[in-house]
Amino acid sequence: MSARLEIIERNCKGCSICVEFCPKDVLEMDVFLVTAPRPEDCIKCMQCELLCPDFAIKVHDE
Amino acid sequence: MAYDYEKSIRPGKLPHIWCPGCGHGIVMKGLIRAMDTCELDRKNTAIVSGIGCASRLPGYLDACTLHTAHGRAAAFATGVKMAKPQMNVICVGGDGDGTAIGGNHFIHACRRNIDMTYVLMNNYIYGMTGGQFSPCTPTGDLASTTPYGNPDPIFDISKLAIGAGATFVARTTAAHPREIDKLIVKGIQHKGMAIIEVIDDCPTTYGRRNKFRSVIDMMKRLKTEAVSVKAAAKMTAEQLEGKFLTGVLFQDTEKPEYTVQYANVIKKAQGA
Repeated sequence: MSARLEIIERNCKGCSICVEFCPKDVLEMDVFLVTAPRPEDCIKCMQCELLCPDFAIKVHDE
Repeated sequence: MAYDYEKSIRPGKLPHIWCPGCGHGIVMKGLIRAMDTCELDRKNTAIVSGIGCASRLPGYLDACTLHTAHGRAAAFATGVKMAKPQMNVICVGGDGDGTAIGGNHFIHACRRNIDMTYVLMNNYIYGMTGGQFSPCTPTGDLASTTPYGNPDPIFDISKLAIGAGATFVARTTAAHPREIDKLIVKGIQHKGMAIIEVIDDCPTTYGRRNKFRSVIDMMKRLKTEAVSVKAAAKMTAEQLEGKFLTGVLFQDTEKPEYTVQYANVIKKAQGA
């Protein structure tokens, strides 16, 4: 089962906490906005969703 | 999988005002999860705050909220609880709000052991007013009002709460999100004053003055300096130098709760 990462761009302030604490390097910064170029590597540990202070990232089960 | 936080947030309130990387958002998420776990009826839950960055939190939550005078969150919350003892009362605030300006209210709410949960976000600084030093700014650190280093020793909030008589005291950090909601749940379930100190990061007014190059440095510091109570039991005093304990630090279920005590007084006065 792969994960779908939903990034709510309106909420993202680009602090990069999610990028740093992702154990599988799924996320990347695009200047001031987070992107998910490798969603197939996601192990759904939920660290990004739990640590995002801005309610800007969600991990959906697909 | 994805947690539905939006149902607990007032529509149109996001994005919030906190700076990029500020841990208050993480604590707010933890509080929402904890309230969901305890199945608190939002119409029967009062969230009270004073003034400050952390005290903006109730404005976002869809519950009964009260934004009060600076430092007076505990006083107003005591009033709410006394008037409506069946209500769940949760206080939120920062270290400056809770332990400096509201220090007296804080210790006396602890002393009375009134049934409420106080989530105190300790980010070592007065963030909103421009980075003045607070009673929790570590000795020697820089703030806008201590350009040569802070000469004051710090308040240990958890020890202060234990000393003042709170019956549930726990500490965690913004870098341990799962622990935040676990401890808040325990605090809500505890009958009496529950203090949950969350060590937080303030990259804007504290971090940039004190050699933290980024939010990530601050979050990593929280992770390395935090030691759980269990792990600390196996460590020597030297290994614990510069660290702080996390987890449930103190719990007392014997001490009588204040609203119950007060109900007895009312009965006595009525001659029953």
